[in-house]
Amino acid sequence: MSYLDLTMAVAVAGLYAVGFLLLLERSLMRVVLGFIVLGHGTNLLLLVAGGPPGAVPILGLAEPAAMADPLPQAMALTAIVITFGLTTFLLALAYRSWTFTGHDEVRDDIEDRRLESAEHRRQRERELA
Amino acid sequence: MNVLLAVPVLLPVLAAGSAMVLARFRLTSLLLGPVILLAVLGTAIALLVLADQHGPLVVQVGDWPVPIGITLVADRLSALLLVVSTVVTLAVLLFALGQRVTETRYRVFVPVFHPSYLLLVAGINLAFLAGDLFNLFVAIEMMLAASYVLITLDPTTVRVIAGMTYTVSSLTSSLLFLTAIGLVYAATGTVNLADLSAKLAALPVGLRAALALLLLVVFGIKAAMVPLHFWLPDSYPTAPAPITAVLAALLTKVGVYAMLRTQTLLFPRPDFWPLLLVLALATMAVGIMGAIAQDDINRMLSFILVSHIGFLLLGLALFNVAGLTGAILYMIHHITALAAMFLVSALIVWRAGTSAMREMGGLVRTDPGLAALFSLPAMSLAGLPPLSGFVAKFALLRASVDAAAVLTYTLAVAAVLTSLLTLYALGRAWSRIFWGEPRGASAGREAPDKLKARTWMSSPLLPGATAVLVASGVLVAVLAGPLTGLSQRAAADLANPQQYRSAVLGGERDGGP
Repeated sequence: MSYLDLTMAVAVAGLYAVGFLLLLERSLMRVVLGFIVLGHGTNLLLLVAGGPPGAVPILGLAEPAAMADPLPQAMALTAIVITFGLTTFLLALAYRSWTFTGHDEVRDDIEDRRLESAEHRRQRERELA
Repeated sequence: MNVLLAVPVLLPVLAAGSAMVLARFRLTSLLLGPVILLAVLGTAIALLVLADQHGPLVVQVGDWPVPIGITLVADRLSALLLVVSTVVTLAVLLFALGQRVTETRYRVFVPVFHPSYLLLVAGINLAFLAGDLFNLFVAIEMMLAASYVLITLDPTTVRVIAGMTYTVSSLTSSLLFLTAIGLVYAATGTVNLADLSAKLAALPVGLRAALALLLLVVFGIKAAMVPLHFWLPDSYPTAPAPITAVLAALLTKVGVYAMLRTQTLLFPRPDFWPLLLVLALATMAVGIMGAIAQDDINRMLSFILVSHIGFLLLGLALFNVAGLTGAILYMIHHITALAAMFLVSALIVWRAGTSAMREMGGLVRTDPGLAALFSLPAMSLAGLPPLSGFVAKFALLRASVDAAAVLTYTLAVAAVLTSLLTLYALGRAWSRIFWGEPRGASAGREAPDKLKARTWMSSPLLPGATAVLVASGVLVAVLAGPLTGLSQRAAADLANPQQYRSAVLGGERDGGP
């Protein structure tokens, strides 16, 4: 299992970086895209975790020693199904949020805003005094 | 093969499918959930008895050879948590049914509510029984996917915004979990927990530390460990009341359970873990200060939930039998007490017509029964003797004092202070809600929402289900002796995973009757 393909490593790292960057955006659409990209990165990582590529893992088609490890492939397949399902849910939620609020931005935290306005008020009072 | 192990997962999944088909038959769809959960409860109790007498029960799904296939394991800890969680999910389901019977607007959601709730239960049960990392991931995903639907069930602007925060932060932690699984598989070539516990020991120290920390972060987000707790107080309080109760009581505990399982089995330590002790301290402090600052009753309870996750982390961080015993006892106490508290809060909000405590008052005159229901879990959460919270907190305090280091003494002091501040927060809530002049809807003025103006007695299921949960919390205190013994045995299993390992890897068992 000490196999490392540099191309794959760079691809996984790139997908993670882009995914997390998009997750930190304020627009919900970009957050959803970030989740999709991040999901691809994780699935790719799962595939790389299986070691070097090999023959199709079907008995009778190849020698067991030459086969690729089928377990990570099965796990990646499950993960793809899960991320796909949740992406559609996330899209629906983002759409719902857009119909309710009229924009697709993450809203400011209410308590954060309250603290900020209190601070502003205090500052103005200090200036007046 | 022990078929019993599959029942707590398969039965709710099958029932979820049937509930979808049977949605048009009102009585059937109402009865299906409680009947299934009763059957699961019976199975869980049987599993607990068997696991306590014969050691861990193991089933290899599909009869695949050991480290490859899906493994289900029920040891004392899993079976115990299975019993407690099923009691809570059953009571909350009855509460939700009561609410749906009286609140017309909820009737619309019956076709979605039932399958989602049953899938949530199946996911929680599978998480407790999972014997490999990937299966744990699938279980948590199943549970979370159902919770995303439930939390946005009756969509309002607030719920959709909160649901977005909740969904995105949970999904991020899920993808990190998947990353951890990929890295673990690349390093060892297996995801079976028992197999991993032998193979991870051979890895370099740095790699092991990195994997342990990654899993700590993953489950830390799910368990709302400070500084990864920020999503919880914003999302849970906005959900429909019974959903909040079950999410708050169980979902974070699944995170803590996964942490307990992976850290003790995969990364055993000879001594306490300073990093986790510091995180436990931060969780207690930040949570309880948040709780004191809140005026909304559900937000206050959510912050109390966060602060008490610190107690569970403290038990795990000590990494000895006494600490783990305390953590397991605390988990049982906290699941029952918190679920009861959230249901009572739902009744209070319904009665008062608002969730802001400064607009409530005098409820003790109009609803003395509600006051009684509030006081028991509140005193239990604050850790007053002789209730269940005291038993669990005492075990944890003794364990941390016995560890005899500056850091553990500090933690013991912090735990006492957090308990006192919990008492303060809940006492202040009591005086605001129940004392003073009757105000709001309870004073007979017109409630903002006509539905809320109805009395909470309109369905006997509402106070009934709440009373059952409060009573089961009291039962935890009454049965403290046998439960402590059981928790000690479960903690000893965690501290010495030999038995778990040989039960899973040592070929098929012919356990069970």
